[in-house]
Amino acid sequence: MAERRLPPHRLVLIAIVVLGVTMMALQMRWDWLLDYRDAILGGLWLTLVLLVTTSVAGFLLAIPLGLVQATGPRPLAWLARCFCTLIRGTPLLLQIWLLYYGLGSLFPYLPGVRGSWLWPYLTEAWPYAFVALTLSFAGYEGEVMRGGFAGVPRGELEAARSLGMHPLAILRRIWLPRAVQRVLPTLNGELIIQLKATPLVATIAAVDTYAVFGRIRQETYLVYEPLLLMALIYLILAGLITLAFGVLERSWSRRSAGD
Amino acid sequence: MNYRDMSMAELLALAPPGWGGVLLDGLWLSLQVAGGGYLLGLLIGMAGAAGKLSGGPVTRDLLACYTTVIRAVPELVLILLLYFAVPEALNQLLVMVGQGEVEIGPFAAGIAVIALVQGAYATEVMRGAIRAIPDGQIEAAYSLGMSAAKTFRRITLPAMLPGALPGLSNLWLIATKDTALLAVVGFTELTLAARQAAGATKHHLLFLCAAGVLYLLVSLISNLVFKALEHRATRGMSHG
Repeated sequence: MAERRLPPHRLVLIAIVVLGVTMMALQMRWDWLLDYRDAILGGLWLTLVLLVTTSVAGFLLAIPLGLVQATGPRPLAWLARCFCTLIRGTPLLLQIWLLYYGLGSLFPYLPGVRGSWLWPYLTEAWPYAFVALTLSFAGYEGEVMRGGFAGVPRGELEAARSLGMHPLAILRRIWLPRAVQRVLPTLNGELIIQLKATPLVATIAAVDTYAVFGRIRQETYLVYEPLLLMALIYLILAGLITLAFGVLERSWSRRSAGD
Repeated sequence: MNYRDMSMAELLALAPPGWGGVLLDGLWLSLQVAGGGYLLGLLIGMAGAAGKLSGGPVTRDLLACYTTVIRAVPELVLILLLYFAVPEALNQLLVMVGQGEVEIGPFAAGIAVIALVQGAYATEVMRGAIRAIPDGQIEAAYSLGMSAAKTFRRITLPAMLPGALPGLSNLWLIATKDTALLAVVGFTELTLAARQAAGATKHHLLFLCAAGVLYLLVSLISNLVFKALEHRATRGMSHG
């Protein structure tokens, strides 16, 4: 690829940004970074773990949700639609609180729960965070997957059927890959939305990036520095997601073009 | 107060000791913030779309920065920035020029955050919708001697509405749900009101579910309204 020259106005803008960042780095107080390095890395780790695990689990849930809405029997399709409407119609913060404070307050009264192997998990915050974020991703993505399944051309499915493929084989080899391929461009945005949803778990005492910076703000009384660094961290994470999807989409389109 | 023995109807009653009134007050605050932020966001989106489509290179780059940053940083972080950092910076600036300090309340900060977020998304929605209008229609308006403002009002705006409405209705739903985030700065909108009622009465499930039902009603009614608007905007087109 030929080297692209930056237009002059963009050089000026970049210079202004670089100047601003150096001013911030030199003028502001960053000595707290060393004390909190481990805490920040720990928070970042939980944010990433939550993002990846809930997206994967949510997507796996979204596949049946989408499929049932596209072709399933009426009652099942209706149930799936209700679930998606419920998730998409209420704020995630409320869902998290409903699980943690609402359901969580019921568990101690259920007979047998206290003694079971589940109990140590039910008293912690992250299982609720995981379940809430997973269900939320599944609700939004289920709607997208419905469109993805419905949008696969009928002819391709009929061709597979006429070759005598088993319905499960059709789903695994034709329908699902084609549907995923169709929703891939929207997945980038959905993942960034999921990233932006993770700080909500800090409200139920899960220590993610947002919670760590909240503690830093309380302990150092600094107004700007922790907030700016936190915004920068999320910005970089979102950038990395977009970058990864760019690579993924290019390799995918190359593969399907090469077939 | 003995909440333990009260029935569900008594707990949700509008007058105290019931907490229904508190929930409805919270809902009203949520709707006000969402409505204000949404309308401001539409204005920002309109200006942003105009700037992105017909602004100079610097305007376009700055707008690209705005939409990228706002859409990548969590709303919760933006709320903290606008609620704590911006007023501080503003006051330092005001003190430097010898003015008194101002205070930005949670209500104003909430509207500002929602407007900023909505503006970034609305910019993209409207830009797409305006780009989809055939150039000939706008050129025809200019050739008839319409001014830029009149062209926008009579041609661009009605022609882009069918393309923009689905995105805009989605944005309104996001706005109503984003108001819940203001709970973290202690603004008693619906979610925090429900949490307070739940904490006071120890009936967590009941009040959080009640708030959920209210949110659901808002989104279902909004859906109906936007469906009707869409139907009106696309009259004369084939509905298929």
